[in-house]
Amino acid sequence: MTNNRIITANQLTKIFGGFKAVDSISFDVHEGEIFGFLGANGAGKTTAMRMLCGLSMPSSGSATVAGFDVYKEPEKIKRSIGYMSQKFSLYEDLTIKENIRFYAGIYGKSDAFIKDKTAKLLQQLHLGSEANKLVRSLPLGWKQKLAFSVAIFHEPRIVFLDEPTGGVDPVTRREFWNMIYEAAASGITVFVTTHYMDEAEYCNRVSIMVDGKIEALDTPSALKRSLHAASMDEVFLKLARKAVRSGD
Amino acid sequence: MKQFLSFVKKEFYHIRRDKRTLFILLGMPVMQILIFGFALTNEVKNAKIAVLDNSKDASTLALSSQLEASRYFDIAQELHSQADIEKAFRAGKIKLVVVFPQQFDQDLSHFNKSQIQLIADASDPNVATTLTNYATAVIMDYQNRITNERKLPYTIKTEYRMLYNPQLKGAYTFVPGVMAMVLMLVCTLMTAITIVREKETGTMEVMLVSPVRPLKIIVAKAVPYLLLSIINITSILLLSVFVLDVPIRGSLALLVFESILFTITSLALGLLISSATNSQQTAMFISLTGLFLPTVMLSGFMFPIENMPLPLRVISNVVPAKWYYHIASSVMIKGLGLAAVWKETLILTGMTVFLLAVAIRKFKIRLA
Amino acid sequence: MRTLKFLLQKEFRQVFRDPAILRMIFIMPVIQLMILPWAADYEVKNIRLAVVDNNHSDYSRQLISKVTSSGYFQLQHYSSSMQQAMQEIEADKADLVLEIPAHFSKDIVKEDEASLMMSINAINGVKANLGGAYLRSIIQDFNREIRLRWIQFPRFNPELNIETTSSNWFNPHLNYRYFMVPGILVVLVTMVGAFLTSMNIVREKEIGTIEQINVTPIHKYHFILGKLIPFWVLGLFVLGIGLTIARLVYGIVPVGNVATIFCFAALYLLAVLGLGLLISTYTSSQQQAILLSFFLMMVFILLGGLYTSIDSMPAWAKAFTKINPVSYFIEVMRMVVLKGSGLWDIRYHMLTMAGIAVVLNSWAIFSYRKRA
Repeated sequence: MTNNRIITANQLTKIFGGFKAVDSISFDVHEGEIFGFLGANGAGKTTAMRMLCGLSMPSSGSATVAGFDVYKEPEKIKRSIGYMSQKFSLYEDLTIKENIRFYAGIYGKSDAFIKDKTAKLLQQLHLGSEANKLVRSLPLGWKQKLAFSVAIFHEPRIVFLDEPTGGVDPVTRREFWNMIYEAAASGITVFVTTHYMDEAEYCNRVSIMVDGKIEALDTPSALKRSLHAASMDEVFLKLARKAVRSGD
Repeated sequence: MKQFLSFVKKEFYHIRRDKRTLFILLGMPVMQILIFGFALTNEVKNAKIAVLDNSKDASTLALSSQLEASRYFDIAQELHSQADIEKAFRAGKIKLVVVFPQQFDQDLSHFNKSQIQLIADASDPNVATTLTNYATAVIMDYQNRITNERKLPYTIKTEYRMLYNPQLKGAYTFVPGVMAMVLMLVCTLMTAITIVREKETGTMEVMLVSPVRPLKIIVAKAVPYLLLSIINITSILLLSVFVLDVPIRGSLALLVFESILFTITSLALGLLISSATNSQQTAMFISLTGLFLPTVMLSGFMFPIENMPLPLRVISNVVPAKWYYHIASSVMIKGLGLAAVWKETLILTGMTVFLLAVAIRKFKIRLA
Repeated sequence: MRTLKFLLQKEFRQVFRDPAILRMIFIMPVIQLMILPWAADYEVKNIRLAVVDNNHSDYSRQLISKVTSSGYFQLQHYSSSMQQAMQEIEADKADLVLEIPAHFSKDIVKEDEASLMMSINAINGVKANLGGAYLRSIIQDFNREIRLRWIQFPRFNPELNIETTSSNWFNPHLNYRYFMVPGILVVLVTMVGAFLTSMNIVREKEIGTIEQINVTPIHKYHFILGKLIPFWVLGLFVLGIGLTIARLVYGIVPVGNVATIFCFAALYLLAVLGLGLLISTYTSSQQQAILLSFFLMMVFILLGGLYTSIDSMPAWAKAFTKINPVSYFIEVMRMVVLKGSGLWDIRYHMLTMAGIAVVLNSWAIFSYRKRA
């Protein structure tokens, strides 16, 4: 792991009306690490992530992603990232192959690249026989794995995952995290939000957001040590107890 | 009952949260009644016509000014040759050309006889016939005036009175029609789409597994729209009376009662559509082709039903808006009471009961 | 350009997989074109007549038979009671009451002047006006016949007589189908264009896929073009189906060039799609989009000059028709189909439509944002 900073956020803030959804957060993400972005519902995780992806304009503060400024160069950022949202976002009325081809195509990948990599991917996911089925017909776990594969298909430098394992069974969750490790091993930086504290243990470093602010940021083991907690669950409960805002 | 109320409340929350939809639902009828009340009329007024006067004498000038003075015509162009006629029509603005022959006046005074040619642009046949008739009437009036001065023997005079609508206002025909259209749109389309939407998002399933009976769920969905419709009926009637000067000659209570009945019919129809479809797009498609167009075309307010071929006349009987339109215009404009519209009311009630029964049955089948 | 190819591929696939859209494209035009043109006929004929005859003379009988044999009137009721006749009107069984007074025949011969009374149901003003005019002209004819019977005129008629002859150009048989079918086609093309575009984009908002698109480096105009082109093609396709039905079922062969219609429709669809796009940027759910499109379509179509004449609208409504794309297309359709107008004749319409298209689309593109 290099110490190259691939995401930097400085006093990043988002205000909706009079409501500070994200309250001047500052942090760095290093290239190649798995960065866990934790917090209760409504703590501001998704909003912060959307600002970094260029989906939402920050109210103040500064941030760079892959070396590009979120205010001035959102389109350049978009070329370097992959994104998987909370809502399932593949087209249900397209087949698996068509979805892959479509997303790869709009990232400007060549036909040869798409063809080659699609074959490999389908084999990896054991979806070879299903390639021409509509995505609608897949079980949720498969859909999520496919969505992740599509998000990193164009080989971005960073992938943003917004609660990628919501509603998925433990076995599939395990498989999903194996895929995340593989992606990280191939050099992709992973920025992931989650509720599952066991998943937090898989991250290289985690930050915990409470009421729009980052309350803690360190490796899981360091956090447990400093808060005298046995598990990440306990860490989270100790910090989240301070929350004033209720979840949504 | 408490469960039921909480369902109704939930529906109200949905409607109230979605300000844009609420605004459209309450604002649309107002806009429609104003726009259509003022602008829709199948009367032809101020039609642009052209005159080709080959005579230019006292009589033709008098006739031209007579045409110009009537509210139907607006002489927009003076033509100079037969060839100009085609050109004028092709440019698209002129709807009728009046051709006076040479020596019109002389013919009239020497032989008591003369001819005028009317050429209409019949690409819109309705306008063409109407204008030809209007022009003929203006010419006839002119002729009668001169004849009457001469006091001929054996004269039959005709007097006439226009019943119900002496000023021949277009709004009298259209207001009851627009009422039917608006109520149909709000109730049917909205209930169909809200229910299908809950199916799409999966919240319908949650409600169906709750201990509330499906009938209650359906009714709870419909109640807010019924109330919204009552607000709409009120605003439409206020605007009709105070802005469009369309009177309510019959009993207001009867009119409101009939309108609520029609609202319930529309709601039932919406429920039926929703239980037969699974996507908002399909629901919209059915409402559009199955309701909006038949309401406009077959309820009798736009086109006379008696002119339609037999199959369409038969189909028009199953269009609820046809019956409501008849009732509304009888009560509002003619000032008739329940005695005159009980049959139509009964038919509408029958339709409502039938639609509700089918909708509820279908809904239950889905549960099983 | 390559991005656009992928976008188009995706859109077309989705369209052809969606039964709702396919129904809208294939079935709706057929059904509507088969049924609706037959309904739209407001020629005034078959006026239902109630006669109150208090005279019971040869004259009154002759008058009644002359009126009923004219073809415009149907004798619905005959009695000596005005009250009964009025009940017919109230029950909507009769449109017009002709009252013949008791001394009618005596008055003509002895007093040189008799009068008749008409009472017309005027709820529908046009029908009332025309029905009254028809009846008066028949009575006048009748009057002339009586006069001729009593007076032998020397050489010429002392009565002034201006004869009017009328002819109907472009549609001499006053075929209502010629007039309604092109108009209904316009409505169809408009609905397909505006509804499908707005629903399509809002649907992506609702299911969340638009966000996935927004994090890609795709250009705004690529995305919008990717949405517009498929529906543009479909709109022209629906027009093609419609024109074919018009030809096969109604025998309507445009006098002008079909290519002229397609030329204009190509521009027109751009404007309508722009409108759909605009609706989608201002709404966040399909429900809102449907309602808003419904409302706008209703205004555009009803004020488009298809059902009622634009000339008779008040000034503000006329001003609105100047920016209403529907009214331009209906006019162009009629010009090309019935009068054989060419591109040069409709140059003004083409220019305006291009203007409207540019305004609507730039407005839509301007207000479509990739980030909040």
